Amino acid sequence: MLNLRLYMLQRLTALLMAPLVLGHLAVMIYAIQGGLSAAEILGRTQGSALWFTFYGTFVVAVSIHGAIGLRSILHEWAGLKGALLEAVMWLAGIGLFILGARAVWAVTFA
Amino acid sequence: MQNLRVTIERGPDQPNAQREFDVPAQANQTVLDVVSWIQQNADPTLSYRFACRVGMCGSCAMMVNGVPRWTCRTHISKVLEGDSVTIGPLRNLPVIKDLAVDMDPFFDKWVAAEGVHHGALTRDDPIAPVDPAEAARGQADAGIECINCSVCYAACDTVTGNPDYLGPAALQRAWTLLNDSKDSARNAILEAVSGVGGCHNCHSIGSCTAYCPNDLDPLSAIAGLKRETAKSFFKRGR
Ligand code: HEM
Ligand code: SF4
Ligand code: SF4
Ligand code: FES
Repeated sequence: MLNLRLYMLQRLTALLMAPLVLGHLAVMIYAIQGGLSAAEILGRTQGSALWFTFYGTFVVAVSIHGAIGLRSILHEWAGLKGALLEAVMWLAGIGLFILGARAVWAVTFA
Repeated sequence: MQNLRVTIERGPDQPNAQREFDVPAQANQTVLDVVSWIQQNADPTLSYRFACRVGMCGSCAMMVNGVPRWTCRTHISKVLEGDSVTIGPLRNLPVIKDLAVDMDPFFDKWVAAEGVHHGALTRDDPIAPVDPAEAARGQADAGIECINCSVCYAACDTVTGNPDYLGPAALQRAWTLLNDSKDSARNAILEAVSGVGGCHNCHSIGSCTAYCPNDLDPLSAIAGLKRETAKSFFKRGR
């Protein structure tokens, strides 16, 4: 159900996310010092190529990683296979990407 | 203790077959001895499988109190709960009758993982030397004592959830051959363990290594396959 390509995609995106998760935690701890406001967050992210790349990479990685992970669970625990399994994996990946991309877009450009 | 209380999980096609047996306890008695006593003295219709009785042939594995074991080398005193024991057919394989399972899927996957010898020499070539000190030979040697008993295959939850998964024994044999200097099909083996049922489906939980009665370590063999296929992925793109 997982071939080498899906396996590599899932493990490489996990590798990519590990430092991003640590960065994300560090920013959260830094950002809540002295209270948290929308203006403060947007001040950091709006028009910033750095934060766009940071969270954009995160969204792409988690869409791929989560969709393949869900594929494993659905096959082993719910018996999904064949075209249905492929379709659900792609839907999950595209869904995660839309949700994430919308948020990254909003904090950068809106 | 006079008698052992033995429950045998009989085949689904025999709802009326006797399941509970009282078996005289002996000072020295294996699980296979208990099953044989029942078949010889209580119910001759009980089906089970064994051959060597000394842990060589790999044909006697069964579930004993829910745990896969080689029954010829498991002393009954080790598994009794009070004076009771439940014996069933091996998990993850189709039951033929009573305690005999169909091992075909297990061996078909063995072949699908390219667990067959790929020689490159003929009888006219000189015998290729094998250097026991070589690191790869050490990796190959670690897995060659596998007796094909399917205990690891029965223990693996990934096999249960993912029927295409080749399973620990077949993948361990692929790893053994990959490290064997006399085997010439490196790319074919890497290809065979990288498909939909390949080594990448293993979750590294390690039930195979925990339950192998021969103290083999399929978990590490599979980790080796994942490493080599990942290297090949970066080098050759597949
Ligand atoms: C630093 C971040 C992360 C790392 C290092 C990581 C690593 C991994 C690894 C190695 C696996 C394979 C486990 C296995 O097959 O045995 C896995 C599976 C999985 N991951 Fe992640 N992951 C991370 C973040 C996430 C996130 C944020 C999600 C949520 C979308 C996620 C969802 C999943 C799912 C659903 C599975 C499938 C479970 C399984 O195969 O056992 N992961 N992850
Ligand atoms: S480590 Fe892999 S092969 Fe061994 S029992 Fe777990 S999933 Fe199966
Ligand atoms: S690896 Fe161990 S448990 Fe698995 S088939 Fe071989 S001897 Fe049996
Ligand atoms: S009868 Fe041969 S291994 Fe048990």
